[in-house]
Formats: sequence, C-alpha cells, structure tokens
Amino acid sequence: MATHATTQDVHGHPALQHHFENMEQQREAGTLGMWVFLVTEIMFFGGMFLAYTLYRNQYPAAFASGSNHLDITLGTVNTAVLIVSSFTMALAVYFTQTGKLRPQVLCLGLTLVLGLTFLGIKAVEYHDKYEDHLIPGRLIPWNPFNPGVQEEGQPVDHHKLHLLSGKTVKHPVDATVKNVEMFYWIYFAMTGMHAVHMIIGAGLLMYLLIFSLRGRFDPEYHSPVEVIGLYWHFVDIVWIFLFPLLYLLGRHYLHG
Amino acid sequence: MQPIESFETPAPPKVNYINAQYGLKSWLLTKDHKRIALLYLVSITFFFFIGGLYALMIRLELLTPQGDLLQSTTYNKVFTQHGIIMIFFFLIPSIPATLGNFLIPMMIGAKDLAFPRINLLSWYIYLLGGVITIYALLAGGVDTGWTFYTPYSTTFSNSYVVATGLGIFINGFSSILTGLNFIVTIHTMRAPGMKWFRMPLFLWSHYATSLIMVLGTPVIAITILLLAFERLAKVGIFNPALGGDPVLFQHLFWFYSHPAVYIMVLPSMGVISELIANFSRKNIFGYSFVAFSSIAIAVFGFLVWGHHLFVTPQSVYAAMIFSFLSFAVAIPSAIKVFNWTATLYKSSISYDTPMLYALGFIGLFTVGGMTGLFLASLGVDVHLSDTYFVVAHFHYIMVGGALMGYLGGLHYWWPKISGRMYPEGWGRFSALVIFVGFNLTFLPQFVAGYLGMPRRYHAYPPEFQVFNVLSTAGASILGFGMLIPALYFVWSMRYGRHAEANPWHLPGLEWRTPSPPPTENFYETPIVTWDAYEFAPREETEVVGKFRE
Amino acid sequence: MSEHIVPVRVYLAIFAALLVGTGLTVAAAFFDFPWRLNTVVALSIATVKATLVVLYFMHVRYSIRLIWVIVVSALFWVGILFALTLSDYFTRGWLSTQTG
Repeated sequence: MATHATTQDVHGHPALQHHFENMEQQREAGTLGMWVFLVTEIMFFGGMFLAYTLYRNQYPAAFASGSNHLDITLGTVNTAVLIVSSFTMALAVYFTQTGKLRPQVLCLGLTLVLGLTFLGIKAVEYHDKYEDHLIPGRLIPWNPFNPGVQEEGQPVDHHKLHLLSGKTVKHPVDATVKNVEMFYWIYFAMTGMHAVHMIIGAGLLMYLLIFSLRGRFDPEYHSPVEVIGLYWHFVDIVWIFLFPLLYLLGRHYLHG
Repeated sequence: MQPIESFETPAPPKVNYINAQYGLKSWLLTKDHKRIALLYLVSITFFFFIGGLYALMIRLELLTPQGDLLQSTTYNKVFTQHGIIMIFFFLIPSIPATLGNFLIPMMIGAKDLAFPRINLLSWYIYLLGGVITIYALLAGGVDTGWTFYTPYSTTFSNSYVVATGLGIFINGFSSILTGLNFIVTIHTMRAPGMKWFRMPLFLWSHYATSLIMVLGTPVIAITILLLAFERLAKVGIFNPALGGDPVLFQHLFWFYSHPAVYIMVLPSMGVISELIANFSRKNIFGYSFVAFSSIAIAVFGFLVWGHHLFVTPQSVYAAMIFSFLSFAVAIPSAIKVFNWTATLYKSSISYDTPMLYALGFIGLFTVGGMTGLFLASLGVDVHLSDTYFVVAHFHYIMVGGALMGYLGGLHYWWPKISGRMYPEGWGRFSALVIFVGFNLTFLPQFVAGYLGMPRRYHAYPPEFQVFNVLSTAGASILGFGMLIPALYFVWSMRYGRHAEANPWHLPGLEWRTPSPPPTENFYETPIVTWDAYEFAPREETEVVGKFRE
Repeated sequence: MSEHIVPVRVYLAIFAALLVGTGLTVAAAFFDFPWRLNTVVALSIATVKATLVVLYFMHVRYSIRLIWVIVVSALFWVGILFALTLSDYFTRGWLSTQTG
C-alpha cells in the first residue's frame, strides 16, 4: 500500500522554500532555471550575430577597416581580464562547496573587481571612439558619425580611418565611410549589449559578496553562487566570440 | 488511490486561497499561483476590451466603402493597435497566465510553481509593458501595422514607434519568465508517480508552449531594440539607402512572430484535449501521438517563418523550402484533430458548455488550418497575400481556435477557481451566439479576400460592401455573445450555485481537492497511480517518487 | 543526485588553456591564411575555448543529461536562425554584388 508523503518538513534548512520538498529539489530547480534563462540569452545575442554575419559578408573591406581601427591591446587585455574573472568565479563556487569562507569571499571580490576593470577599459575604448567621431548615426546628436579618412601620402594619423580597398580583401566592394558606419553600428550594439550584461553581472556579484560576508552560503546551500556563476561564465563566452569577430578580423590585411 | 469511483470528496473547507487573507496587499504581494492567475485574468480581460473596442471601430468604418468614419492615418493606427493589444496583451498571455498558472501545479500535485516570486514579477512586468503601451496609444498611437515593417517604422512613420516597441519589449520578459517557470516546474516538481506519460495533455501543450516562449521571445526582443536604435540613431541595418536590408527585419521579426501564433494556439489545444476526453468520458485516442504532436508543433513552428515573406525579395529557393516546411507543420495539428475526433467516436458525450466550445474549436480550427495550407502554397499566396483571406485565416485560428479554447477552459474550471457554478443554460446559449456571430463575421472575409479586397485599407471598391456588411453584423452578434459570459461569471461569484470538489466527476488530480482549493493546493502530497484520463477502476501499484525523503 | 566538486587543478588547467587560446588567436590573426581560413581558425579557437568554459567552469561535464540537452538545443536553435535566414541571402544574389 503506497504511503502518503506529508507536507510537514521535519528537518528543513532555513533556506528551504515552502513549496519544495527538500534542498536537492530546490537546487535542481534553481540550476535548471538559470540554464533555461541562458538559452534565452543565447537566442538574444544570436540575432545580433546574424546581423554581423550578414553585413560582414556584404562589406568585408569596410568591416576589416573598421576592425583594424579598434585597439587590439585593450581588446586582448579585456579578454584576459574576463578569462581570469571566470577562473576566480569558478574558484568561488569551489570554496563555497568546500566551506572555506575567506577564500570564497576573496574570489567573489576578485571577480567583481575584474568585471569592473573590464567595464573601465570598455569605457576608455568608447571614449576614444567618441573622440574620433566614430559613434554611429546620430546616437550622440552633437557628435555624429564623421571620422577622418587617412589619405595616401599624408603622415599617419591614428585617429583617422584607413580604408582598405576591395582588392586587398578580394571583394568587388571598396570600404567606404558609409559602410564602415555599419561596422561601428554593429560593434556598439554588440559590445554595448554585452556591457549591459556585465553591469547586471557586477550587481549580482555585489549581492553575492554582501551575503557571503554574512555567512549565508555554505556547502548545504550555495545555489545562488553556482547559478550566478553560470551567468558570469556565459557573459564571458559571449566575449570569447565577440573579441575575434570584432577586433581580429582584418589584422591579416595590415601588411597587404 | 482509484481514478474516480471510490475516493471521497473532501468537504469544502472554511479557509481557501480566496479568503485565506484579506486586503489589497495580500493580493498584490501574493506568491500564490492561484491568486496570480486571477490577477492576470482581470488584466487580460481589461486589455481584451480595449482590443475589442478597436475591432468595433474597424468594423464600423468598413460598413461603407468610403473612408468616411476615420481618416486613413487614424484607421492605420486603429488596426495596428487592435493587433498589438490582442496579440501581445491578450492572446499570448491568456491561457498560460490564467489557466496555466492556476492549474499546472495542481495537475502535477505540487504546492506552487518552481519560482513563485518570479511568477508575481512576471505579472508586474506585464502590467508595466501594458501601461507603457497604453501611454503610447493615448499619446498619439502607432500606425505601422503590428508588424512594424522597416523602413517605414524606422524612417518615415511619425507615430510612437519607440514607446510602443518599449512596451512590447518589456512585456516579452513576462512571457519568458512564465515559460521558464513552467519548464522548470514540470521537470522538477511532479508528485510521486506522475510520470511524463501520465500527465494530462494540458501539461504537454503548456510545456511545448513554454519552449517556444523561451526560444522565440528573445529574438523579437533584440529585433525591437535594433528597430528602436535605428529609429533614434538613424543608422542603417534595415535601411537600403544606408546599406542595409529591410527584409532582414522581416526575417528577425517573423522568426519569433510565427512561433508566437503557436504560443497562442497550443495552450488552447491542451484545453481541448482535456475537454474532449473528459466530456466524452473516454481516454484520449492516441495520447502519446497528441503529446508528441505538441512538441512537434513547437519545433516545426520555428522552421516556417519565411512564408510571411513570400511576396518580398526573399529568394525563391528559400521560399520553396519554407513552403514545404509550412505544409509539414500542419501534420501534427492534423494528427491532433484526428485523435480528438477518434476520441469522440463511440463515447458518452455530454453537451455541457465547455464541450460546445471544444466541438466548435475542432471545426473552426480545421477551417483555419486548411486555409493556412492554401496560403502556404507559393503561387496561391502571391494572389492572396495582404488580402482579407489572410485576415480571415488567422482569425479562424485565433478566435475560432484559441479564444474558444480559452472560453471552454474558463467554463470547465470555473467551479474549481471560484467554488461556484456558472448558469448552464446561459452558458450554452452564449456559446451558440458566439459560434454564429464568429462565423458570420469571418466567413464572408474569405470570399472578399479571394475576390481581391486588400487588408489594412479603410476604403474599398463598392463591390465588396455586401461582405463587409455581413461581417460587421456578425461582429455585433459576436460582441454581444461575449458580453454574456463576462456578466454571468461575475454574477456567479456571488449568486452561483456552490460547486463541490469534483462537480464533473472526473479523474484529474485538480478535482481531488476542494473547490476553491486551499492555498497549499493539497493537504497531503498526492501519490499518482493512474493515467490521465482513466475512467475505470484499476489495481493498486507501488510508487516511488523522484525526490525521496 | 549528489553534487560533484571539481578539483582546483582542473580549473587551473582550463584557465591556462584559455589564456593559451587567447594568445594563439591573436597571433593567428596577423598571419594571412589562404581563402577564408582566418575566420575558420579564429572561430575554431573560440569554439574550443567556449566548450572548455561550458564543460568545466559551468560543470556541464558533470551535470545530468537534461542540461546537455538544453545546451545542445540552444545551439541548434541559433543554428536554425542562421541556416534558414542565410539560405535566403546566399541564394538571391544580394551579397557581394552591390557596387557600394
């Protein structure tokens, strides 16, 4: 004869929500929930990657020119910063699972600092674009898209665009300022969206840091650390694809 | 526990989810999925009336061939806003947010959804999106068509495109969170013994709907964002003059908006499965076929969006692929219709109001689906595109299909939700009035469209007037018919006959708890040992739950 | 289902691999491969890096099968978006023929 499970939970962890039977069910639900959310994020960024694919194939010279004007050093540093932050995030989860509070807090703090570093470097890059009049369209009404173009035989001015010819990239269409604007439109849309997600991630990390310091998370209950870790790693993965597609695509034409 | 025969009807408790706590705060800050369902019910009914008012204005204008009631720009705003309100603020949330929210935990034997606070957040996000959209409508409206095609929406329209887009964008998160909640709940919170293939088909169709919500909605989100930025910044992703392609917008837009129509109809199909099985007191014929068809519709629904682009510069080869796939997507829907019909055969049918709606659905959805196949044929679509044939086709699915399912489900589960019965005589009467009114409204539109009457025009050649007059007459009858349930549902909450726990005498898990249920749904976690539509006694079996204590 | 704790040395190895991958991709970017291989190389390295993050940092290697299904489905769905949309662009001669 089957017995009935009762709704009274005799040994409930203080973090157990009333509608779950036990912590294991709660944890599995939380992890599954975050993965389903990441699916929505993949589809969200997917739309922009599609636009990128289309227009890069349509205007390869323009995209290469625009890409070459981005600061590869800052871009590489940012990539490394995010990778380190992913590592410290994974360690934070590890230390929470093994009940080591101080390393847990340290790693969460490091992850946050690295995330903010990324955003700081991004801000520097955006400022440079602003200075060179490369913000697309009339997004900034008093500073429309109006970059200088590097002329043949003139001294090299790094604030000016060097437009590649179609011949260099083996394509009938030369790079024009109008098409390079398309590149910057996609650059700002994608890195901008990515930055928004980083900012949200930083906010989530602050929440984790505060509650970590209060000893809220232990080997029994650390779902938020794990789940926010998943989000952070996802944001890292988006950048892992953004970096080569935006910063590196035209570098091999430079000595052409 | 036995399917029906020998279980006791729990006596109606003094405390249920409605009277457990009083006060506005207890409702506005509730975590109870049943209360949230009611909050949604009130809000979507409000939006339905607004959308209905726009429909009234359309039908009044179209009574006469001249554009004499509204200016053409105003008419553009009216049909645009009719579409936006009805699709985003009524149809997409309707069944999942009301009946789904209320019933899913009960049908799987759980106390609530996996994330109750996210459920409440979902409602507030819906309200925020709705408020912003209403603001945009009142401030001056939007005239681009609910499809927002570029470059008109990005460059030439002088209406509130960005504000409306923002409202829809925010509303999308409500949809995503609901779908996320349902998926996690169905995976992790089923009661002991509730295997996947013991679940009522209502759950299968909501699971499939949730997959679409989660996979599709983010794409419309990014599309609206790109649209807004293009309009504000005057760049050119969708503008041919600046190097872009307007068809890219259409690809991105319809990648979501076609699966969206399955978001609107799949939950209704789930309701119909419940109604057909339960009101013919027979197990659904081909249960697993119907279950898999729900998933198939969700998957295939993502492969057909190009059929909205047949008359654009989209390549002929892509169009042929999309046409073929559009034929394929009809197959699982047809499988469901055949299985429902086979269920009815040699069964014991009772023609209560919910069953009337279910029978209406089968016929009307079949008409809608068939005419969809006509539109999926490339050559025929070139002739019928942007005519009233298309309008009639999708209204047969959305109103004849989705709305009928919603009304049928509301009537069926009303005793569980409110603890009262609705008046059966009035229920049957209004079902018939709605059926007649609906067909009178939209059947003439098939003919008018086939004969060439374009859609989205406020003036038309006089030879189409007879069809429009019939249509407007039908719309008046339809409107009257839908007013009646609105009135008697409210009436029944005070004066309706009290309902017992299982007024229809059915085996479903939701009928094993009082009407209305207590806040925690079940006094003890149920152990499920019977299949979804078992009407006969069976032997006891041992059961092991997934999460053992 | 018990929770698997990934040892620190695994994380360290993945971290090192990610940094190496980043260095590789930057170096490869300056080298002129024939045809479109630059893109292929860059995307391949990125895919490997992303896979390592997904499998080890995000614990998918140690997760239940449902999580694998979810990850693969998401990638498949983005694939649908790309494949069917690009099937339009590549077959109607829109790409590469404009004279800017």
